[in-house]
Amino acid sequence: MNKTTGVITGINGNMITVSFEGSVTQNEVGFAVRGDERLKSEVIRIQNNQAFLQVFEDTRELKVGDTVEFTDELLSVQLGPGLLGQIYDGLQNPLPELAEKFGFFLPRGVIMDALRPEQNEWEFTPLVRKGDRIKAGHALGTVPEGEFTHLIMVPFDFQGDFTVQNIVEKGKYRVNDPVVKIKGERNQTHELSMTFDWPVKLPITAYRRKLLPTEPMITKVRIIDTFFPVAKGGTYCIPGPFGAGKTVLQQITSRYAEVDIVIIAACGERAGEIVETMREFPKLTDPRTGKSLMERTIIIANTSSMPVAAREASVYTATTLGEYYRQMGLNVLLLADSTSRWAQAMREVSGRLEEIPGEEAFPAYLESRIAEFYERSGVVELYNGSTGSLTIGGTVSPAGGNFEEPVTQATLKVVGAFHGLSRDRSNARRYPAIDPLESWSKYSSVVDKKIIDDANRFLQKGSEVHQMMMVIGEEGTSVEDFIIYLKSEFLDAVYLQQNAFDKVDAATSPERQKYVSALIDDILNHDFEFESKDEARKYFYELRQKFIDWNYLKMDSEDFKKQEQSILTMIKGLNRDEKGV
Amino acid sequence: MKKVYNRILSVVGNVITVRAEGIAYGELAEISTRRGKSLAQVIKLDGDIVSLQVFAGSRGVSTSDEVRFLGHPMRVSFSENMLGRIFNGSGEPRDGGAAITEDVIPIAGPSVNPAKRIIPKRMIRTNIPMIDVFNSLVASQKLPIFSVSGEPYNELLARIALQAEVDMIILGGIGLKFDQYMYFRNVLEEGGALNRSIFFIHTASEPTVEGLMVPDLCLAVAEKFALKGKEVLVLLTDMTNFSDALKEIAITMEQVPSNRGYPGDLYSQLAARYEKAVDFDTAGAITILAVTTMPGDDVTHPVPDNTGYITEGQFYLRNGRIEPFGSLSRLKQQVNEDTREDHRAIMDGMIQLYAQYMESEEKRSMGFRMSAWDQKLLRYGKAFESRMMDLSVNIPLEEALDRGWTIMAECFEPHETGMRSDLISQFWPENGNTAAVSPDSAEESMVRSGKKSEPDSKKSSAKRKPAAKKKQAGPKKSSKKTDRSQARTKQAADSGND
Ligand SMILES: Nc1ncnc2c1ncn2[C@@H]1O[C@H](COP(=O)(O)OP(=O)(O)O)[C@@H](O)[C@H]1O
Ligand SMILES: [Mg+2]
Repeated sequence: MNKTTGVITGINGNMITVSFEGSVTQNEVGFAVRGDERLKSEVIRIQNNQAFLQVFEDTRELKVGDTVEFTDELLSVQLGPGLLGQIYDGLQNPLPELAEKFGFFLPRGVIMDALRPEQNEWEFTPLVRKGDRIKAGHALGTVPEGEFTHLIMVPFDFQGDFTVQNIVEKGKYRVNDPVVKIKGERNQTHELSMTFDWPVKLPITAYRRKLLPTEPMITKVRIIDTFFPVAKGGTYCIPGPFGAGKTVLQQITSRYAEVDIVIIAACGERAGEIVETMREFPKLTDPRTGKSLMERTIIIANTSSMPVAAREASVYTATTLGEYYRQMGLNVLLLADSTSRWAQAMREVSGRLEEIPGEEAFPAYLESRIAEFYERSGVVELYNGSTGSLTIGGTVSPAGGNFEEPVTQATLKVVGAFHGLSRDRSNARRYPAIDPLESWSKYSSVVDKKIIDDANRFLQKGSEVHQMMMVIGEEGTSVEDFIIYLKSEFLDAVYLQQNAFDKVDAATSPERQKYVSALIDDILNHDFEFESKDEARKYFYELRQKFIDWNYLKMDSEDFKKQEQSILTMIKGLNRDEKGV
Repeated sequence: MKKVYNRILSVVGNVITVRAEGIAYGELAEISTRRGKSLAQVIKLDGDIVSLQVFAGSRGVSTSDEVRFLGHPMRVSFSENMLGRIFNGSGEPRDGGAAITEDVIPIAGPSVNPAKRIIPKRMIRTNIPMIDVFNSLVASQKLPIFSVSGEPYNELLARIALQAEVDMIILGGIGLKFDQYMYFRNVLEEGGALNRSIFFIHTASEPTVEGLMVPDLCLAVAEKFALKGKEVLVLLTDMTNFSDALKEIAITMEQVPSNRGYPGDLYSQLAARYEKAVDFDTAGAITILAVTTMPGDDVTHPVPDNTGYITEGQFYLRNGRIEPFGSLSRLKQQVNEDTREDHRAIMDGMIQLYAQYMESEEKRSMGFRMSAWDQKLLRYGKAFESRMMDLSVNIPLEEALDRGWTIMAECFEPHETGMRSDLISQFWPENGNTAAVSPDSAEESMVRSGKKSEPDSKKSSAKRKPAAKKKQAGPKKSSKKTDRSQARTKQAADSGND
């Protein structure tokens, strides 16, 4: 089929109007041509013989009358071995290679191969033989990619059954080398290499079925794993005003989360933040594999000064890469910071299309787009019986820090856990500033329910006492109530709060969480007798001190045991041995 | 080949339309009206209808005025000759000097590849404890001062500009009041910094849209100098005026507003400017300090709100002090690990205690009886406010940290502070909890008696000048800055010890 071309008839910000003859597909890619530059664009509306395209680049110096070449291909990413450890922009251009070639600044109109097809060779081991029956999503062979066994699969959009006609021997190949030939039901044949494209806005559904997310996804953040857990294949969101700690929380999660692969989508936020990850990860070792953390990470960076349309695409790019590794039976975590910037990108486009605006000028389809995005998470049972998961965690940046706004509200309707950050807590430097009274999770915790219920009760009652004290003063409060308040503050200080910048405290294993929370539970339920509030306060402050010091000690160290003894001595009458701990 | 048109189709707000062909998006035009010439920029193309935003405003534009397209987008010259000069919002001289036309560069150029950025590591010392201790400023940071009119935000900007060790200062005034403009001029002149400064000034009496280019002009020039190895500090005041100019254009173009009339792309527009802050690993750096006045003192107003999401923290300036709550330097953890080991603990611990003080203070103001603990907190809060928060306090970081321990020791038992035991054993003053005469008593008494009285501020500025000179004598031009800041830290530590 002949590729369609058109000419620009209007330019408004990053949107161009193009009149064309022939056929144009919604969401297909077109290129606005200006001299040597070809500016990548995507069709977002077709009306009569006019197509509206969002341009993924700065539109300055384009003119009415310039040519647009349509490609008849949807906006896609390239899948195959070599994605891990990469740093891409929202359209999968490798940023380090752009830097190598073009220096400090991002060039306009440049498209680069995502998988270094020339440099890399992969050790391919066939999994199927001539005559085997296969279909979309089935593994044809494997290549080792770092710690992982990367499955080379039949492209996910191949329809029907296929027969393997021939397959190469085990050996080294480049991603674009043909490795297998298959024949379809109507005798059509395909030569497949180790890579294929997938349109980013379509979910990958080459699996047997979706399962309910049940297994905890350990983040090593105490307040999350214990109180507001996330499940593998689940979804969660982190709304919070600026500076409340959304990004830091995602950064520590990207380091410590117990998953196979982490995909970081830096979507419309500061470039500086992703630089930290880019520079630090290669130097940090992943305790699970002993290799560098970067080897399990993919970064999609479309930061706030990069083109807005590509920001919209970046979230889909990241999700597609996540789904791809999930198809290999791996547990993948996608962290998107911030989904509000993605929503704003949609809003900008919608405004230029002069669509009827909804609340705060967001488009009417905002809610369904957010739902579709989080729906791409999940635990799936694959054709070979193994399971893979994609967990999605997104930050939300509500205007004015007010959760009653469209993006937060639409997100809360679809996610499985809500980690709401509170301005009061971050102001008081109580990090992570997840509000323990507002947040919730539908997933199950690593810690016994009884302990959590106790803790919640104390937090709730403690907060009530605190409120009351603000009204009637400390002198009007009974010693009993005051002790409840002190207990809740103690729990907050030594367990809910966690120092992200301390090597030990930053990551608490589930075992440690169980161990420490049990002791805290004992303390919460212990009947303390104090003469006065001042005495009670003094006691709890000392206890807090000991606990904080304890938190900074490695669990397998001598000092840890010593400190624990010192704490136990302080809590006279509490005997842990009785409980067989 | 310049195209000239004589037929203006419409004049709406500060946007005009003409019928023209072969015009590029973003191209510049010159309009000659009876009031003189003005630049205008193409902001929309629809067939052969071209919409232009007129920088000098549309007042007095007649349908038969001449529109001449210049064939290029907005540019600015860039040369050493600009140092010490003052330009307007279109980049033309406003100091009566000759126009500079050499080496023109486009403004609003492409963004820096994130892969080329480096982790900022150089602290900019200001000798203001609320900054150095609690919210350290870092080279390449972008940071606004959130304030309301009447607060001394421009004074704070000027003080930081003079005290910070940078090679160049670029001041962008957007809707700047004339007296404030003169103030900056005079202060930088007196401080001997004028000859390393460039001003782009749009004043409050000029049409709002003319201020729109100021940030881009400043940042384009800053970028070039930074690429040549210069440490550039860009001051932008006031970015709320800039945002209001954006709003005005958006409304004229009938864009659907997202929030209180501001366009949906306000975030992206502001980010495009602030993200120009950068540290080039093989060259210089751009640090941006901006003023964002909050209409109605409301931080949830779209301008401060969007700004806060973009910048690397913010300083809240209220009642002449930098507020501990809300103020934030997101880059502080990049630098406060290597200053002194108690820096982070002091930073968090003192603020947590101050938060508790605020509660006690609230209870006190409601007439509740104060417990012994409340009394301690009240005492602490007062000491913190007068000896740390007050802007007249002008001491190096190390001295401020020592002062932090002194204040805590005067008010609390060690364990009440929540500080880690190892730090307490190392830093807790020997004669703690006695309100003993502390080494910083000279300054204290100065601050305690008559806050911010004239002689005091003279005294402190007199104190700081020799120090600045001493630093300049040091290895100023050593190319690797980490060394420089370490040397600086060491120097300050030494001076703190003697
Ligand atoms: N868990 C934490 N521990 C210590 N400091 C934190 C923590 N979370 C946030 N902060 C502080 O707050 C600042 C802002 O956090 P950040 O995650 O960038 O906020 P947001 O993304 O919500 O705007 C950080 O630079 C850091 O100083
Ligand atoms: Mg953030």
